[in-house]
Amino acid sequence: MKKGRLKQVLLITDGCSNQGEDPSAVAALAKEQGIAVNVIGVVNEDQTADGGIQEVEDIALAGGGISQIVQTKQLSQTVQMVTRQAMTQTIQGVINQELQQILGDQDSMDDLPPEKRGQVMEVVDELGETVNLEVCILVDTSASMEKKLPTVHEALLDLSISLNSRMGSNQFCLYTFPGKRKPIDKLLSWTPKIDSISNVFSKLASGGITPTGPALKEALKSFDKRPRRDFVEDDDAFIEES
Amino acid sequence: MKMTTPLSKNRSIHFSPGSIIMGKWHQKQYQIIKPLGYGARGTVFLANSEKGRVALKFGFDNSGVTSEVNVLNKFSKVQGEPLGPSLYDVDDWVTKKGTYSFYAMEYINGIPLMDCIKVRGFEWAIVFLLQLLKDLGRLHEAGWVFGDLKPDNLVVTGPPLKIRWLDVGGTTMLGRSIKEYTEFFDRGYWGFGTRKAEPSYDLFSATMIIVNAADGYQLKKGQHPEKQLTQHILQHKKLAPYSEVLIKALYGKYATAEDMRKALLPKLNETHTKERRNTNVKPIRRKNKKKEWKGPMILASVILLAYVLYVTLFIM
Ligand SMILES: Nc1ncnc2c1ncn2[C@@H]1O[C@H](COP(=O)(O)OP(=O)(O)OP(=O)(O)O)[C@@H](O)[C@H]1O
Repeated sequence: MKKGRLKQVLLITDGCSNQGEDPSAVAALAKEQGIAVNVIGVVNEDQTADGGIQEVEDIALAGGGISQIVQTKQLSQTVQMVTRQAMTQTIQGVINQELQQILGDQDSMDDLPPEKRGQVMEVVDELGETVNLEVCILVDTSASMEKKLPTVHEALLDLSISLNSRMGSNQFCLYTFPGKRKPIDKLLSWTPKIDSISNVFSKLASGGITPTGPALKEALKSFDKRPRRDFVEDDDAFIEES
Repeated sequence: MKMTTPLSKNRSIHFSPGSIIMGKWHQKQYQIIKPLGYGARGTVFLANSEKGRVALKFGFDNSGVTSEVNVLNKFSKVQGEPLGPSLYDVDDWVTKKGTYSFYAMEYINGIPLMDCIKVRGFEWAIVFLLQLLKDLGRLHEAGWVFGDLKPDNLVVTGPPLKIRWLDVGGTTMLGRSIKEYTEFFDRGYWGFGTRKAEPSYDLFSATMIIVNAADGYQLKKGQHPEKQLTQHILQHKKLAPYSEVLIKALYGKYATAEDMRKALLPKLNETHTKERRNTNVKPIRRKNKKKEWKGPMILASVILLAYVLYVTLFIM
């Protein structure tokens, strides 16, 4: 099995997009390119289920990722949990494909007896720990998000602690939307640590529009802009021995 | 494989008492007695089986159950008293609504750690810490770190009172990254280090359990968490006697649980002597207690006298 790295988009938003193409369609596009789109919907303590929440789930569903609605104060833990679960899910998906080839009609891990399942899970865990990960973080900074941004900032630093405790390498990049002139603004190009973003969020001017679709589309391009030299590692087999 | 299961759609699992559960692979039968608890990843029921009472855990997803079973299997290979609940069975239950993955484990009938400490007093918290450190030492030696160590995952059984682990879902292989954690008990959250699975990670959480027990609530993280925590421990009446050890543990200065245990033991003896002196300061309470004892004492003497009479009359 040959696989380079796991690629994820992590979209942090609080609700409805209102400009440009359908974000779910863009997410489906991402999935086709092997990029999982995870979405975290940040709601206020008093906010109840509405259209924004539906959109959050739809984007993740289309993007082969995971979604989670969360209140601002629980954000840190959710961000790391979603990222981790999405990794596991992607790896399981890949392993299931392998299993299909080996087992034929028995088509997934769920069809194995519990004992065998345990062994497969160990491989999944091992890969989740050692695989190289690229996360493109895309933060909605439209007006309604303004008060939540300090917490988003904290959650991202926290994510960096979690992922950098792994054995595998990590690369992050960070974009916000809506951008000043373009759909998105780049705050951070690919880097192994997120520490460097302190205070950038506080300087953001937030606007009234939420062009989630176009922003997502731009963010996907970031995966092509990875520094060339890093691709040398990509020849490493995804699973060396299993 | 379900490729997309939004976490927000947490299906809850409900079985009514009396429901019969039958495993697909091993054909074992269980009868639900009552739910024991609802967690973030599944629901646990008390059930009857051929082996007597067991706890059945149904997970929301297959991989969660499988991970936990893997951990319990590893635990069972550690020598000595069991670490965590013993594992009995793993299976799937096929229903019309869908397939539920579950496992059967030892039913641990205990009281939540914090309730126990509240009733019995803080000195028990230190006893439980010593017990916990002993178990953690064995776990670490076997190559694992508990990870999500917190009061919710700990109960006290007995007498003799013994601290036991319930939820083993966060257990992580040494050297990897911690699978699961809870902010207050997490070293990364407080800025005291990484989330790498190493013994000192668990020792940090164990220390925070003691801080939590001493306060009775969870301290809010401030602007300077490092200073805040150390100051808090130094100034706290209950924690101060152990401050040297606790603060060292926060900073990851103990390489093993046994090192921390060894450092803690002498502190325990120091504080005990102090407390004995203190009891003399409360003579009033003692008198009251003595008074309460007078009634039963008289009764006991009367019974004793009657018994002596009885023996002398019949045997002599
Ligand atoms: N072996 C057991 N014996 C008795 N009670 C148990 C046992 N296992 C679990 N429970 C009860 O069930 C509750 C939920 O179980 P558990 O913590 O394993 O679920 P979870 O989904 O992992 O939850 P979370 O991760 O939110 O703590 C526990 O808090 C405890 O009260």
